[in-house]
Amino acid sequence: MGSQGGFGQSKEFLDLIKSIGEARSKAEEDRIVLHEIETLKRRITEPDIPKRKMKEYIIRLVYVEMLGHDASFGYIHAVKMTHDDNIHLKRTGYLAVTLFLNEDHDLIILIVNTIQKDLKSDNYLVVCAALNVVCKLINEETIPAVLPQVVELLGHQKEAVRKKAVMALHRFYQRAPSSVNHLISNFRKKLCDNDPGVMGATLCPLYDLITIDVNAYKDLVASFASILKQVAERRLPKSYDYHQMPAPFIQIKLLKILALLGSGDKKASEQMYTIIGDIMRKCDSTSNIGNAVLYECICCISSIHPNPKLLESAADAIAKFLKSDSHNLKYLGIDALGRLIKLSPEIAEQHQLAVIDCLEDPDDTLKRKTFELLYKMTKSSNVEVIVDRMIDYMININDSHYKTEIASRCVELAEQFAPSNQWFIQTMNRVFEHAGDLVNPKVAHNLMRLIAEGFGEEDDTADSQLRSSAVESYLRIVVEPKLPSTFLQVICWVLGEYGTADGKYSASYITGKLCDVAEAYSTDDTVKAYAISALMKIYSFEIAAGRKVDVLPECQSFIEELLASHSTDLQQRAYELQAILGLDANVATNIMPMDASCEDIEIDRSLSFLNSYVQQSIEKGAQPYIPEGERSGMTDVSSFRSQELHEVSSHALRFEAYELPKPVMPSRVSPIEQSSSNELVPAPEPSYHAEMHQVASSVPSVSDTGSLELKLKLDGVQRKWGRPTYSSAAPSTSNADIPKIQNGAPQLDAVSSSSSKAVSYDSRRQQVEISAEKQKLAASLFGGTSKSHKRQSSGSQKVPKTNIPAAEKSHVAKNATSDTAVLERTPQPPPDLLDLDESTVSSSAQSLDPFKQLEGLLDLNQDTSTLTTSDASASGAPDVMSLYGETTLNVQSGGVPNLLPAGRDEANLLSGLAGTPNRDGHGENTVTNPTQQLNKGPNAKESLEKDALVRQLGVTPTGQNPNLFRDLLG
Amino acid sequence: MIHFVLLISRQGKVRLTKWYSPYSQKERTKVIRELSGLILTRGPKLCNFVEWRGYKVVYKRYASLYFCMCSDQDDNELEILEIIHHFVEILDRYFGSVCELDLIFNFHKAYYILDELLIAGELQESSKKTVARLIAAQDALVEAAKEQASSLSTIIAQATK
Repeated sequence: MGSQGGFGQSKEFLDLIKSIGEARSKAEEDRIVLHEIETLKRRITEPDIPKRKMKEYIIRLVYVEMLGHDASFGYIHAVKMTHDDNIHLKRTGYLAVTLFLNEDHDLIILIVNTIQKDLKSDNYLVVCAALNVVCKLINEETIPAVLPQVVELLGHQKEAVRKKAVMALHRFYQRAPSSVNHLISNFRKKLCDNDPGVMGATLCPLYDLITIDVNAYKDLVASFASILKQVAERRLPKSYDYHQMPAPFIQIKLLKILALLGSGDKKASEQMYTIIGDIMRKCDSTSNIGNAVLYECICCISSIHPNPKLLESAADAIAKFLKSDSHNLKYLGIDALGRLIKLSPEIAEQHQLAVIDCLEDPDDTLKRKTFELLYKMTKSSNVEVIVDRMIDYMININDSHYKTEIASRCVELAEQFAPSNQWFIQTMNRVFEHAGDLVNPKVAHNLMRLIAEGFGEEDDTADSQLRSSAVESYLRIVVEPKLPSTFLQVICWVLGEYGTADGKYSASYITGKLCDVAEAYSTDDTVKAYAISALMKIYSFEIAAGRKVDVLPECQSFIEELLASHSTDLQQRAYELQAILGLDANVATNIMPMDASCEDIEIDRSLSFLNSYVQQSIEKGAQPYIPEGERSGMTDVSSFRSQELHEVSSHALRFEAYELPKPVMPSRVSPIEQSSSNELVPAPEPSYHAEMHQVASSVPSVSDTGSLELKLKLDGVQRKWGRPTYSSAAPSTSNADIPKIQNGAPQLDAVSSSSSKAVSYDSRRQQVEISAEKQKLAASLFGGTSKSHKRQSSGSQKVPKTNIPAAEKSHVAKNATSDTAVLERTPQPPPDLLDLDESTVSSSAQSLDPFKQLEGLLDLNQDTSTLTTSDASASGAPDVMSLYGETTLNVQSGGVPNLLPAGRDEANLLSGLAGTPNRDGHGENTVTNPTQQLNKGPNAKESLEKDALVRQLGVTPTGQNPNLFRDLLG
Repeated sequence: MIHFVLLISRQGKVRLTKWYSPYSQKERTKVIRELSGLILTRGPKLCNFVEWRGYKVVYKRYASLYFCMCSDQDDNELEILEIIHHFVEILDRYFGSVCELDLIFNFHKAYYILDELLIAGELQESSKKTVARLIAAQDALVEAAKEQASSLSTIIAQATK
């Protein structure tokens, strides 16, 4: 035990490490490493290298790879080393391959055989080493090769092996759930393992399983609670104590599991209250680990069915966190506050000054966390302050990941709580200006629709005022350099629709601006498409109004450029524009009616106007159309794919040498996985789709514009005969939105109850003497008056939001019902231009009073949320559970039903163990201590020797690494 | 789940890396560069957590060495912090008041210890003693194997003389 005095490596290697340690720059380090790679490449291929030497080369390779260089030339040697019989070399080989290879590397196949052999080894350390590799490297394809052995090892006599086997099985479950689905009951069994280490490890997979399906594990609530109780009562061996806390890591894991199980389940939660209360009382809040457990308790309390007493102690704990000087604890306090605020909104007010301190803290992490909290407690009375602060902060950060997140939050809050339309548009402009490329394009569509639809009020003047103010602001912004593409799209669209609507600006002025935009962003096809469509609209409005159109020279050249464009889309738009320019006023009004982006457009989905043509063709002897599904013998793409899959699976690698030929395995890629992969792929939809549809679909209202109608036919035909699966993107996007909407409900709830408390808080505020500015901020954040709250409900802002769920729901419904999905080719929910005629839900919603509608939304959301919770509790209801209990009783005898008594046995066993191993432990300690001292440590002579050695090696502890010799633990 | 463990010196030198989620060599370099820029510049009094690409990186400084672990958004930060400390305590026990040099020259041993502590990004063993016992057993076995090998080679050497 302990490090070997001379580090056990060759001079050469020590020199390498030393020179890297002395390298003054990254470039110098790279040079040294590259030289080392050259040396290793040469050496490693020499014949008859002694194994000991080879081992060192492998370790040097690990070192090179660790420093970020490519050592792939040596991977094969590491793989070879795993085959060695000498455990010393084997371990090195295994270590190297786990560090070198990823789970999809080709060389893995060469290790599988060795792993299989080693899993059967008599030496448990070899088995452990092999299991380590299994956890890291075995992929979906190779799982079947080792699975039976790993399952067998669950019953190994050594606890270290059982533990690793559990972890390996967990890993398999993560990689390919289907491959181990039948083995999940093993985790339940292992929970009763009499070694606490194995039990602790089993909690990891169980946590994952419970996250996926809570209801299947409701029967374990009592067992988990009793295990937690035993742990808290120090029934585990002393060696699991950590800083005087009994097995805190296990406690935390158990609390996480209980939080899942108790969520929305009163009955289950009641079984936990006592023990959680006990733990909170026992927690030592002076140590880090004690606070970690305390924090986990708060998380658990905020997740399970609320209990007033526990909530109170959680609030106390949060107060302690926030008052602490430690930033870590403040951070946790803010996080915990965000969790608890859903249940008892009034507790935020007690801590408002602490929250504001955190918001202004120089620590960025803390600041971000505080923004997250503010996001959770936003209501209509404080939305302006919060969003303003968020945008200010957003402008100054570079981290694009976080910028995206905070931008989408700003948008969400603005859509939800905007006090006025003016403010909303201004806010959106700011967000787009600074983070336009990072926000979801859907947001842009929402904004366009909002401006187009107005706000659902019958008051047209307000709408047109809004539009002209939008046009004005966009004309101002558009001259600024480097605007994000999405924002430009919105600008072009709005200018095209409404640029000339109020007569303030002339057509040539607007078209000039549009051409400027198209010219300035000439590499962006989407913007150009928007720009030319906008031009088309303005010209046709001009024609319709009977004015003479004079195309500016720059517009003319822009159109000509697009007429010759490589993009067919742009080209088509340009030709359409040209065609419109030659039409008379009457036709132009029909093609491009003013402000008609929200009008219903009738579409003949059965393509009945083609009937006569089809009839004619059939009479002339053409083949009738056979729908894709009914065709036989054709190489349908989807069936071809499944065939291929079958082939793949039957050609899969075989790991057992002479097995009997098996029937073809069921294809591993289940339909669910296929659909989920669909979801991951972003719909390859150009974002100007809405425009396209609008252009295309506004045409049929014209009866005889020859060339254009021909185009329409093609369009329809293509859709009719296109693959029906095309529309699959639509349900996925709308599905993703539904939870978001439901999330909105509790927040709204919180608003109403918190504002009622505002009065009581006001009196408290006066007692605290704090700087005026802070107080003002606090007041604007926390002191929501109920008056401004009312404004929110009358705020017309809600309308577009309510439209979305309605429209999306209709989408979902349609997708569910219409199997043929013939014309469902509009994957993006917001441009509902095509679907408006069908989605009666949304159109009827528009005519409703917005106030009522909002209420409806609230109710609806509450309904659905209660519905889901009641659903959840219903499915967790006795009959299902008893059913499950029965099956488990029958199927896995001795598994679950025995759990409780087993737990008790375990406790006895443990308490029995706890007595004896203590002595053992002492024995071992006394044995190990001297060796440690011999090696190094407090022994002065030893450290002097080491120092001398190192100096000899040349690593002088000066300048560069002054702290090198300080013990890590101080 | 823990996605990776990094040990970086105050000068930004990498002392140990362990990746539990797949990252290509290129991504790894990028991650290390980004994180060392983020973490090494932070003041001593700030929190030990950094939000990064939707993950949380928990770090702690011991002497001149930063231990960093990257975990999921919903993990308990203080727990991760204590896992780091747990690891350091085990290292300390193994090396006997561990210092950075021990880890520089014996990084492979640090890897073995880490393998006994974390598996597939999860904490597999929270008892220091169990880890120590396993590592000791492995070392003993290695010593035995070495002796055997050396005695074999001497026998062979003698026989072939």
